[in-house]
Amino acid sequence: MFRIGIDVGGTNTDAVIMGDGKVLTGVKTATTEDVMSGIIESLRMALDNTGIEGDEVSSVMIGTTHFTNAVVERRHLSKTAAVRLCLPAAQCLPPMVDWPDDIREAVGNSYWMAKGGNEFDGREISQIDETELKDIAREIGSKGIGSVALCSVFSPVNDTMEKQAMEIMMTVLPDADFTLSSEIGRLGILERENAAIMNASLRQLSSQAIRAFSDALKKVGLSCPYFITQNDGTLMGTEFVQSYPVLTFASGPTNSMRGASYLTGEMEAIVCDVGGTSTDVGALIKGFPRPASTTVEVGGVRTNFRMPDVFSIALGGGTQIKPGNPVQIGPQSVGYRIFEQGLLFGGDTLTATDVAVGLGIADIGNAEPAKALGEDTLRNYKNKIDEMIVNAVERMRVSPEKIPVLAVGGGSILIPETVGILPVVKPENFAVANAVGAAIGQVSGEVDRIFNLTEMSRDAALENARNEAIEKAIAAGAKADSIEVLDQEDVPLAYLPGNATRIRLKVVGDLDG
Amino acid sequence: MDESLRQVTSEDLEAIEIGAAILGTGGGGNPYIGKLRCRKELRKGRQINIIPLHELSDDAWVVSLGGIGAPVVGVEKIEQGEECLRALYALEEETGHKIDAVISSEIGGANAMEPMLTGAQAGIPVVDGDGMGRAFPEMQMCTWSIYGHKSTPSAMADEKGSIIIIRDTTSEIALERFARATVVEMGAAGAIALAPMRGSFVKRYAIPNTVTQALQLGRSVLESQINNSDPISTILEKEDGQLLMTGKIIDLERHLKGGFAVGHVNVEGFGDFHGKLGEIYLQNEFLVFKLDGEVRACVPDLIIVLEADTGLPITTEMLRYGQRVAILVLPCHDLLRSEEALGVIGPAAFGYPEIIYTPLVRNSSREGN
Repeated sequence: MFRIGIDVGGTNTDAVIMGDGKVLTGVKTATTEDVMSGIIESLRMALDNTGIEGDEVSSVMIGTTHFTNAVVERRHLSKTAAVRLCLPAAQCLPPMVDWPDDIREAVGNSYWMAKGGNEFDGREISQIDETELKDIAREIGSKGIGSVALCSVFSPVNDTMEKQAMEIMMTVLPDADFTLSSEIGRLGILERENAAIMNASLRQLSSQAIRAFSDALKKVGLSCPYFITQNDGTLMGTEFVQSYPVLTFASGPTNSMRGASYLTGEMEAIVCDVGGTSTDVGALIKGFPRPASTTVEVGGVRTNFRMPDVFSIALGGGTQIKPGNPVQIGPQSVGYRIFEQGLLFGGDTLTATDVAVGLGIADIGNAEPAKALGEDTLRNYKNKIDEMIVNAVERMRVSPEKIPVLAVGGGSILIPETVGILPVVKPENFAVANAVGAAIGQVSGEVDRIFNLTEMSRDAALENARNEAIEKAIAAGAKADSIEVLDQEDVPLAYLPGNATRIRLKVVGDLDG
Repeated sequence: MDESLRQVTSEDLEAIEIGAAILGTGGGGNPYIGKLRCRKELRKGRQINIIPLHELSDDAWVVSLGGIGAPVVGVEKIEQGEECLRALYALEEETGHKIDAVISSEIGGANAMEPMLTGAQAGIPVVDGDGMGRAFPEMQMCTWSIYGHKSTPSAMADEKGSIIIIRDTTSEIALERFARATVVEMGAAGAIALAPMRGSFVKRYAIPNTVTQALQLGRSVLESQINNSDPISTILEKEDGQLLMTGKIIDLERHLKGGFAVGHVNVEGFGDFHGKLGEIYLQNEFLVFKLDGEVRACVPDLIIVLEADTGLPITTEMLRYGQRVAILVLPCHDLLRSEEALGVIGPAAFGYPEIIYTPLVRNSSREGN
């Protein structure tokens, strides 16, 4: 049986078919306005190239920027009700307080604060009030809002109140979608609540997208199950995506990094994904992207759910070089129009790719116009380009070890043979590493909670967290015997007597079937 | 003196947020939530008025107040909003004094914002100064306590409406301990207002102009982001500091000891510091810095860790293997360098009796008095 991986980016839609762990074919097509026709096109090409029939495919994995773009462009967002369980605490800063005005309006700026919430040690701030929540639910119903984000103080420690509130409100709003903040984010109520509200506002779009993906697959004769990739390199089933669309944010760079790791066999490395206009640099730890430790803004909204730590620079294959003293490299780029505008394709714009071709580093198009600039000049430009890459890689390096730099993406000919002291590896199929990353997706389970170490030892707390994460992974479809711990971290909490510690732990496993 | 701040605008809050975090020397809690709360007060039409120390009248009553608890709780259980105000009113009732101004006990971190918020709500000014000029882990480490103020009666308030008056304790440390135990009952987040001080005392013992200093530090960072200039050198120039090292974190160890996060960080030098090894020792805040085994800076001078590229401050919770950092030291105020002060906040007081504090020499005359 075969697996198909698809990655829908801003410019290109890439697809690969994999069998026995090998890439059988990789294709690149332009991303279309409606997204789906680009997917159909790439799937047709990939199936035609290999002669593989639809019923020989066991699963399709899709990475998509669909939902990130909706937030960034403020399009297709549904009206959402934000309900925070907190009173009397936390009333001084209402939900969405620090959002840009346009996105707050786009989701309807409707919020309520109600009694509820927990203390850090599990005590109740106040009891949940059934009448109050039913009244709020009726108001939500009368405003015609169909998606609710529920956020309770300290819900990552105790999610009971969010669940209770959902049950109560469902009696009034049986058809509404509910998003619970405890299922999405970490401690830090504003950021977790933001992520929950964004998620709630994407639920309707998510349902539509899932239907459209199903239709697209049917059109090319694929009836197998399909999955969407999350930003930690693991997979979500279609039902799960409908509930948690925000977890797809930034899955593009993640797929590239995971694909680069798979194609080279390197588990600890720096990945440079060079596209037409920019280069994403990230660090791999045990074959997975290192997560960002700070808050990450999406469309101007602060969130704190896990995202890959990616540093982007404005350098790609189509980056314009403006001669002069000093020479100016970017940030403008001709992007995919390089095929008309680049010197090497008969255009009149000197691009980064021209420099590489002129120096004989790559053999595409016509090298002569670039060569006319003279080798010294080209060498000087190339040194500047190399310097940008070295700085970006240095920034992301996480250890003194001499780990390799993995160069992937359509523009990776720009990456020199070595980056500083680090060796560079360019895998076969480098141009479609992102689709490979989608195809090899695994399943994960995660725990992030405060444990009180007066009641149990640190080891017992870690074991507790590990078991809970494993249960979550199995529930998400992982094969039990393939599960391993990917990441574990415990941070002691300052100023609290009694040694409380916050444990974050993640396990991954292979998809069952 | 540079132009001092008179009234805080929304833009000023953005800069003070960054500056206060820098002065937090790794601790003090994140001022982000406090910034949002102050901004909301300004949008309601309230004012944050700042009064320079020298304009304070000698017989004015000034209260030092702020949040108390665990920073990690503060980002999850946000305040009801008037905890500090209730503590202030409780103190007025307890002492019978009408309070004329508020002041921060600790400019470094989240408590830079609390007095501005309370001042706006109560309609009284905020004094341009504070009790630490930086962040320290405990209340008795502020200049009021060091120079003889008796901080009881103190009033504490939580979000639920509880008011606790601590009428008398045998020492400032005892007050810290009672308050710490009380705040745990409050869910590890609450407000505390300390016994009123006379204007004459505050003028003599407050670290002067620190609200303005936080603003200017933050502006240096923000302006360098806009101009693409180097924030580190701008800060060093304006604040009379020294660059201790630029480097990359290559080892990091943190653990819990008596409710505090303690540990150390190793930094491998780059640029001018290539081949050198830096070590930072921390207890909530950065306490000691050594270069190749030799002490180069210690408390009470301000050891500051900034992201090398952006100049944004890195707190002890944010430290991470592989980060590229600039480590700076800024001179602390003379009030923190006296014998009485060093006994409470010098290296020995934090468990480093072998280190003799050598005051960082200032290049220019930016002395306060």
